[in-house]
Amino acid sequence: MTGLDANATEKLRPEARQAVLAALDLGGNPASVHAAGRAARRLLEEARETIAVRFGGRPADLVFTSGGTEADALAVHALGAGRRLIVGATEHDAVRTAAGGAAVLPVDGDGVADLAALRRLLGEGGPALVCLMLANNETGTLHPVAEAAGLCRQAGALLHVDAVQAAGRIAVDFAALGADSLALSSHKLGGPPGAGALLVAPALSAGLAPLIAGGGQERGRRGGTPPLPAIAGFAAAALVARGAAALAPLRDEAERGAMEAGAVALGAGAPRLPNTSCLALPGVRADTQVIALDLAGVQVSAGAACSSGKVARSHVLDAMGAGALAGQAIRVSLPWCAGPAEVDAFLRAYRAMAERLSRRAA
Amino acid sequence: MRVLVAMSGGVDSSAVAGLLAEAGHEVIGVTLQLYDHGQASARKGACCAGQDIHDARRVADHLGIPHYVIDAEARFRAAVIADFADAYARGETPVPCVRCNQTVKFTDLLALADDLGAEALATGHYVRRVEGPEGAELHRAADPARDQSWFLFATTRAQLARTLFPLGGMPDKAAVRAVAARLGLPVASKPDSQDICFVPQGSYADVVARLHPEAAESGDIVTIAGEVVGRHDGIARYTVGQAKRLGVAAQAGGVRRVVVALDGARRRVVVGPAGGGTRLVALREVNWLTEERALRCAVKLRARDSLHPAGIVPTADGAEVHLDAPALPAPGQACVFYDGSRVLGGGFIRPPAAG
Repeated sequence: MTGLDANATEKLRPEARQAVLAALDLGGNPASVHAAGRAARRLLEEARETIAVRFGGRPADLVFTSGGTEADALAVHALGAGRRLIVGATEHDAVRTAAGGAAVLPVDGDGVADLAALRRLLGEGGPALVCLMLANNETGTLHPVAEAAGLCRQAGALLHVDAVQAAGRIAVDFAALGADSLALSSHKLGGPPGAGALLVAPALSAGLAPLIAGGGQERGRRGGTPPLPAIAGFAAAALVARGAAALAPLRDEAERGAMEAGAVALGAGAPRLPNTSCLALPGVRADTQVIALDLAGVQVSAGAACSSGKVARSHVLDAMGAGALAGQAIRVSLPWCAGPAEVDAFLRAYRAMAERLSRRAA
Repeated sequence: MRVLVAMSGGVDSSAVAGLLAEAGHEVIGVTLQLYDHGQASARKGACCAGQDIHDARRVADHLGIPHYVIDAEARFRAAVIADFADAYARGETPVPCVRCNQTVKFTDLLALADDLGAEALATGHYVRRVEGPEGAELHRAADPARDQSWFLFATTRAQLARTLFPLGGMPDKAAVRAVAARLGLPVASKPDSQDICFVPQGSYADVVARLHPEAAESGDIVTIAGEVVGRHDGIARYTVGQAKRLGVAAQAGGVRRVVVALDGARRRVVVGPAGGGTRLVALREVNWLTEERALRCAVKLRARDSLHPAGIVPTADGAEVHLDAPALPAPGQACVFYDGSRVLGGGFIRPPAAG
């Protein structure tokens, strides 16, 4: 099996696994007064400090959530209250669904947000919340988030940044970006699923309106007992996930080989994540490609994963103006531990598939 | 052999996947997502996939075979649902299951089988494929109560040659359920599906009305001579041969009336005395599962119908069926030719020529 679907979920890092097991054995509820509670609380707060500092925020401004989707929803709920919403055309459904009825910020052919359009949209009405992801999950395309933050500041708008795919793969510094909130997910950087976080700008963090009030955990910003094992694993992974630049040559080799076999690389003209490649095979349905590769032992994905398991057409590639290719593209995303063997296995399977399917499509 | 199995999530296709896997074949399960189940059941926020897709995946998990869900919504809407509504609006009585078999199932899934290097496609249909001197033949199922050969008449000979129907020889449904139970499949006692899949509840006429509002508008019920004898509530609710929903037009002078024609253009339901009919039936889109020729056989004009002895004469654009005794065929339904258990071909019944 060759797993090349890290953007769906990263390979668990051994440090994270150790931390999860240790926290499971530790037990305890951080809200408890007694010794076991204090031990749990210490672990929770150490994790909070580790993650906040690692991504350029203050521990007091970090709210743990169940994952990236909840972090995005919390940001839209808390920061978007009373504001009109402007959402990047290629945002994840976690944001698009939370921000229903939002104005759409268009992207160019490589999937990069159009800052001139953002300036125009910001000028069209009252105070806004803008949602713009740092790196796209399907193409890896990076958005000019720091520049967008500057425009938002000038216009009196707030900016929420979904950094779920970027964190751990490229440098992410919340303070330097100048954003008002930033969503993170444990399992996208090699931690376990079940934990995420929202970093909030110091001026907004204290009174953040919760989505779930519950017992007032997380200083009243997120009710519910925090999943300590997942959070401990999240922190351990965040400490060791120090960028994926080393994957770029492997990704480039995989992409070059696929293009020689007939693929078109989408979004490759813009700065992007070092581990991600979006490859269209003209005339061949994306789901057929994913199935054919899976049967050959190579795991990739396409479009948005629906809970039905069907491959839905990609709104990201549609927004980029990819036309028919939007339904004919797969995503190859290398895990942090990928090496030349993975690229070789991928290219063997891809060439065989492309030869058979392109011939039939012709 | 690598086999693609069309898995609906029901007990039949689940048993097929189980039997083929048990026999040592490399089985790949696929389930077609044909329509948005959340929309069809009118439940806000419901998943686009229904319980059946979930069940198919659970069966595949149980068998340890790969399983994939194929998005066929656009194709199904164009090839099956639109055709279904158009036909009703014209005054015909379509058979969406035949259209679906013709397009999404046998054409598209066999193409997928090719794409994935699978030698065959297997389905849970109750028909038998028999190797004869002319190649693969289509035969009725061993269980007459379950036989689906009428619905598969449009399967081409090339498609038939690559398709497996492992349930065709099963003595009855209980035997299939017993197989599912023996293999421990989680759907072994699931109830049979009913009616038209994309109309899970409510009325098929509502589906027609969404695409063709005029087919739901009321109009006149008239006699063959043109005399208005009643009102109807949308021609999509009527089919030739029907005796219900006629109200005051249901009888005249003690003679029971039935629908004898539907005039889509004028939104009229035409009634006549029960027991009448025609001896000549014209067919379009005829599929031959034997050498195309004039022949004597027995035909079935509806899914649940007795056999009518007839002569078939090929024409330039279909075939003529000369029934020995008059019958009341409904335009849009299939007329399937049988020689004993074997299906020789069939076509769709044309509306009577205007005038």
